[in-house]
Amino acid sequence: METLKRHFFSDMSVMLGRSMRHIFRSMDTIITVTIMPIAFMLLFVYVFGGAIQTGTDNYVNYLLPGILLIAIASGIAYTAYRLFMDMQSGIFERFHSMPIARSAVLWGHVLTSLLSNAISVVVIIIVALIMGFRSSAGVLSWLAVAGILALFTLALTWIAAIAGLSAKSVDGAGAFSYPIIFLPFISSAFVPTASMPPVVRAFAENQPVTSIVDTIRALLSNQPVGNDIWVALAWCLGILIVAYLFAMRAYKRKAA
Amino acid sequence: MEKAIEVKGLRKSFKDIEVLKGVDFEARRGEIFALLGSNGAGKTTIVKILTTLLKQDGGTVVVNGFDVVSKPDHVRQSISLTGQFAAVDEILTGRENLIMIAKLRHFTNPRQIADDMLKRLGLTDAADRRVSTYSGGMRRRLDIAMSLIGKPRLIFLDEPTTGLDPEGRNEVWKTVEELADNGTTVFLTTQYLEEAEQLADQIAILHDGRIIVNGTLAELKKLFPPAKVEYVEKQPTLEEIFLAIIGKKEEK
Repeated sequence: METLKRHFFSDMSVMLGRSMRHIFRSMDTIITVTIMPIAFMLLFVYVFGGAIQTGTDNYVNYLLPGILLIAIASGIAYTAYRLFMDMQSGIFERFHSMPIARSAVLWGHVLTSLLSNAISVVVIIIVALIMGFRSSAGVLSWLAVAGILALFTLALTWIAAIAGLSAKSVDGAGAFSYPIIFLPFISSAFVPTASMPPVVRAFAENQPVTSIVDTIRALLSNQPVGNDIWVALAWCLGILIVAYLFAMRAYKRKAA
Repeated sequence: MEKAIEVKGLRKSFKDIEVLKGVDFEARRGEIFALLGSNGAGKTTIVKILTTLLKQDGGTVVVNGFDVVSKPDHVRQSISLTGQFAAVDEILTGRENLIMIAKLRHFTNPRQIADDMLKRLGLTDAADRRVSTYSGGMRRRLDIAMSLIGKPRLIFLDEPTTGLDPEGRNEVWKTVEELADNGTTVFLTTQYLEEAEQLADQIAILHDGRIIVNGTLAELKKLFPPAKVEYVEKQPTLEEIFLAIIGKKEEK
């Protein structure tokens, strides 16, 4: 047992290397998780943006937080997909019949999700900079943004793990992500919630994405974050814990 | 001779269906042990319990001297599993698959080990191609190569030739025979009588949740009426024709 614990990190890094290779070798993953959100950003800034009244003159600044969340939400669909494919093929059983830390197999997928989403977030921010995104935020604010995005990724990753571990088909493994990708559209990500009809507005203002978007937006523009950051953190942590527990239960059931 | 596997009174149910109703058998070290049974007889369930992937409801299972329930880590250290569906990573190349397993077994020279395995199983030419481009037989050979890393004393092969064409099947048979020649114990499940006859030192037949017959091929043959001599014109089988046409004579 001792030796297994000692090897946990090296086993996990082998798993990480494996699924990162998967990502870089499948064009559709790269297209969906980076090019799609960038296309959204171009579309909203250069097509719809002129007609949207946000009260700022730099719509890229306004839009970026929501685009990042959409990128992460579409990225985790692939986490579920990769996990599902591993369960389907014999490779999961091979790993589990080997003298390695069993949890390293699952954590490898979680770490891959964090790393690959971090890469796509960075790429999207670079494109946003080219499109005129400017931020006066200091290092601490940027770290806070990174922290919130990482927490959001982790929370969604565990939801993806539930889907990947318990889905019956490939389509099922990815389907859970559509409502999550859609959530930013009914939030303050693209337009101020004040412009929405009362019922939609009530939903938009009380769902997790709005508080997260508002927090990131405030951090990037050096505005006071107020209560939003605590609401955002509470949402992320709450989802993270609940999803983690369910994912672990699904994992234990699969890996008797 | 030392025992590689000892199974006593093994029981396992899934919901209300009792799949294994008290299975007993032993496999000796260094032999090829074939578990024969029709589809759904419970062969894979036995393999999963023996390889610590599934817990039994009753009975004892000792693999390489370790109880699968109380010492699963020791069992995993001394075995390798080649599951029913080729447990290879399709997106990686053959070489990368082997290096991955060597790293997971914590060897300091994974590249060297991968090279040796590729050579040993005749996959050097295909080493840097993605596994998704491999034929069924090559995929199985890679699968077995991955199981050989770390020189496990006991290898489980769950229906290794199901779904392969005759050529691929012959490749796998040859590999299994070479394994046994090197002293590895092979536990093999199959639904093909011919395969058990070809490879196995010891054959057990699983039927209706129990082992109904267990012995060497010679012993099993004794259970049937003595052979009588008949003259039958030997026609080539379609398989022999197929193999002759594609220029690969069976190496028997």
